[in-house]
Amino acid sequence: MMNESAVFWSRMLTELTLSFHIIYATIGVGVPLMIMIAQWVGMKNNDEHYILLARRITRGFVITVAVGVVTGTAIGLQLSLLWPNFMRLAGQVIALPLFMETFAFFFEAIFLGIYLYTWDRFDNQTKHMLLLIPVAIGASMSAVFITVVNSFMNTPQGFELVNGELVNIQPLVAMFNPSMPTKVAHVLASAYMTSAFLLASIAAFRLLKGSNHIYYKKSLFLMMKLGLIFSIATAVIGDFSGKFLAEYQPEKLAAAEWHFETEEAASLILLGFMDQEENIKLAIRIPYALSILAHGNPMAEVIGLNEFPEDEIPPLYIHYLFNIMVFIGMFMTLVSILYVAGVWRGWQFIKKVWFRWLTVLGGPLSIIAIETGWWLAEVGRQPWILRGYMRTAQGATTSEHVDMMFILFCILYIVLGIGSIVVLSRMYRANPIEQEIQDRMAEVEGGVR
Amino acid sequence: MNLEVLGIIVLWIFLFGYVIVASIDFGAGFFNAYSLLTNKSHILSNIIQRYLSPVWEVTNVFLVFFFVGIVGFFPQTAFYYGTVLLVPVSIAIILLAVRGSYYAFESYGSRGHKGYAFAYGVSGLLIPSSLSVVLTISEGGFVDIIDDLPQLDFWALFTSPLTWSIVLLSIASVLYISAVFLTWYAWKAQDWEAHELMRKYALIWAGPLIFMAVAIIIQMQQHNPDRFRNMISIWPMFGISATLFLMTVWLIWKKRGLGLSVGLLILQFLFAFFAYGISHYPYLLYPHLTIYEGFTNQEMAISLVIAFIAGLCLLIPSLYLLFRLFLFNKEYVTGNQKDFHA
Ligand code: HDD
Ligand code: HEM
Ligand code: HEM
Repeated sequence: MMNESAVFWSRMLTELTLSFHIIYATIGVGVPLMIMIAQWVGMKNNDEHYILLARRITRGFVITVAVGVVTGTAIGLQLSLLWPNFMRLAGQVIALPLFMETFAFFFEAIFLGIYLYTWDRFDNQTKHMLLLIPVAIGASMSAVFITVVNSFMNTPQGFELVNGELVNIQPLVAMFNPSMPTKVAHVLASAYMTSAFLLASIAAFRLLKGSNHIYYKKSLFLMMKLGLIFSIATAVIGDFSGKFLAEYQPEKLAAAEWHFETEEAASLILLGFMDQEENIKLAIRIPYALSILAHGNPMAEVIGLNEFPEDEIPPLYIHYLFNIMVFIGMFMTLVSILYVAGVWRGWQFIKKVWFRWLTVLGGPLSIIAIETGWWLAEVGRQPWILRGYMRTAQGATTSEHVDMMFILFCILYIVLGIGSIVVLSRMYRANPIEQEIQDRMAEVEGGVR
Repeated sequence: MNLEVLGIIVLWIFLFGYVIVASIDFGAGFFNAYSLLTNKSHILSNIIQRYLSPVWEVTNVFLVFFFVGIVGFFPQTAFYYGTVLLVPVSIAIILLAVRGSYYAFESYGSRGHKGYAFAYGVSGLLIPSSLSVVLTISEGGFVDIIDDLPQLDFWALFTSPLTWSIVLLSIASVLYISAVFLTWYAWKAQDWEAHELMRKYALIWAGPLIFMAVAIIIQMQQHNPDRFRNMISIWPMFGISATLFLMTVWLIWKKRGLGLSVGLLILQFLFAFFAYGISHYPYLLYPHLTIYEGFTNQEMAISLVIAFIAGLCLLIPSLYLLFRLFLFNKEYVTGNQKDFHA
């Protein structure tokens, strides 16, 4: 009854859609907060530059939101189209947060529409800024609810399975499952971090390209400060995620760390690669570090892959994904510390071209960290779709046409991806900041307002 | 009333909401593309900018709400429909993507690429067509259960006159609903040229609409006698709907009470939509799945209902605010105001 190729292509299509959606979704979660902070700083200091910053980000945000909505609708439908067996089982226990997510979207969509079309419409600026609060809350709550669903797939609870029947269902217990706190917190923090570094990298790029406007300097400094705060938060919560894994999903952690035998005082394997015979080469071993990461105690015992049956071990390549994510996290924390400290202490190197380029890199790197983080989390759950209850292959559709759909969606995402980049860059190029500030001055002086 | 019925009524109301708001959107896109061909695009593009752009995302959420809700209340639908609908729904998703990106890419980026406006317009007819296939399938006769797995008979589906009648009805409704609404909206915006044009379209599309509706009821007699009997037994609802339809057309013909005509139009579709839904009861997929077999467990149902009520308390005031600012605000609608766009 199982259809191997349908299973394979369902995985590919899910992977494709989610990996694409997550870029826009992350921006959708983080950027409203950044707009709000910029507008607030502008109003507090009576500094038109920050208000313009908020306004210009908003314009670009509309475009990323549109792509986020479109791809989100796609993944929402694809969950039922590609994983009908999974949805019919899990839907009975975890439908509640999915349902609440739609209210969060609704809320966000309504206020975003209002916010967008009411610049300067109210006499009181604060009123306009307040409209952003529901937008930011709605976006973050969408992330919270969908991440709750995902955490349920990792540590399902809140039901009992008796003779293939689900009984004793407790929706709230299912929502507040063990992996939920760390997962939700890490996803939110990393979304804010990514958005801040993306906006910082735009400002740094403009400065590199010859604009010397104070607007970009203010924008860069603000975003680097925010990026610093959220990258520290991300790393700290990431550490908690590791501890959570050690306790509840030890096979994921063991596979990510190439930790084969259960042992005490385990050492951490950094970098390196694995050859055909599973020999690890060129790796750095840090004594005790894995025990510290997993349990906060250098002597603690860490469960290894030997405790699990052969067919329940996740693919071992997630080690690379884990390393990339952690490296980016550390690196970005460092870059932003240097920048912020540099501004305060007047260090000159932060204005050098090479350092600006590091800052420009920050945005794309953060996106890569988001992608690798999700791949780690999702591939690390394999072979389960619902850990301990349903294998991914059992959840999939049996339809014959998934490969065709995969190709169609590839084309769609290429068009959307290129389209959004082209439209965004054209939009800002057509109306550079120098121009906009001039227009704005003329407007205010002319008394039109 | 039991929870099963309550659940399906809530979902049906949201689907109805989607049908109305999306029809306005789809139809406007089509008329816009059509007027591009006849070089009258300036007439409509203004309305699309002023009315549709602020609310399109809200339109989309109605759909999301429906499909997330139906899988929540009736998880079995994910299994039955999810397995058979891969192709038509994937196509609908791609078309929805074309529309969603149009608002963003066109109204902010370059303006007026003809090919894009055209794709946008055509997608407005193709989306209802591909989505209405779901309704056809739910009538039964196209899905067989083989080895415990639902299988769709594509050939039977594509050669059935019922399929094509429902497709045509969906297109006619989209164009009619949208034309009636825009007739009123253009009148409010004091855009007389657009008003005249839309009034003409409204009157033109009234005919095909009623013709297709009657044709479907007649075909049902052949296709599914059970369902036909159900429909006949609640004929008063269809009758009220038809009366409301005649009143709307009359008002538009006489150019009187245009606001009222929109209200009557919504009521007309409400009655027809619910009459259709009631005659479908209790089947979600005839004859394989009823709302009772497909229902989720009691605990989940109760928590979904509570979440729904809490959600409504949040949404209704917000929607009211949105409409007050963009739909019922005279200054905004007539465009006398400065442009407040970010
Ligand atoms: C900007 C992005 C970003 C950065 C810099 C980091 N992470 Fe991360 N990480 C994510 C973005 C992310 C994510 C995309 O948000 C994931 C995917 C699933 C999840 O819960 O969050 C994730 C998952 C994830 C998991 C798996 C959780 C699970 O499967 O339940 C662990 C153990 C860590 N992270 C640990 C870390 C550590 C120790 C970091 C040190 C700096 C770190 N992450 C930086
Ligand atoms: C509730 C619904 C979800 C279902 C049914 C689901 C299911 C799956 C499945 C079966 C795969 C394929 C894994 C493989 O074999 O490679 C996958 C991959 C993936 N999922 Fe999930 N997932 C869900 C939620 C999420 C969420 C909330 C996210 C966050 C964005 C996410 C992100 C990803 C990513 C990025 C991949 C690609 C990983 C890879 O294979 O490289 N998923 N998902
Ligand atoms: C299985 C995984 C997911 C599903 C089924 C899903 C579903 C959806 C749907 C249906 C929409 C469109 C809603 C609308 O019409 O307005 C959407 C948009 C959105 N999603 Fe996802 N989503 C998933 C993963 C995620 C994740 C992991 C995040 C956050 C980290 C996220 C954040 C958002 C946001 C913020 C939006 C609003 C659009 C925007 O502001 O860019 N989603 N999603």
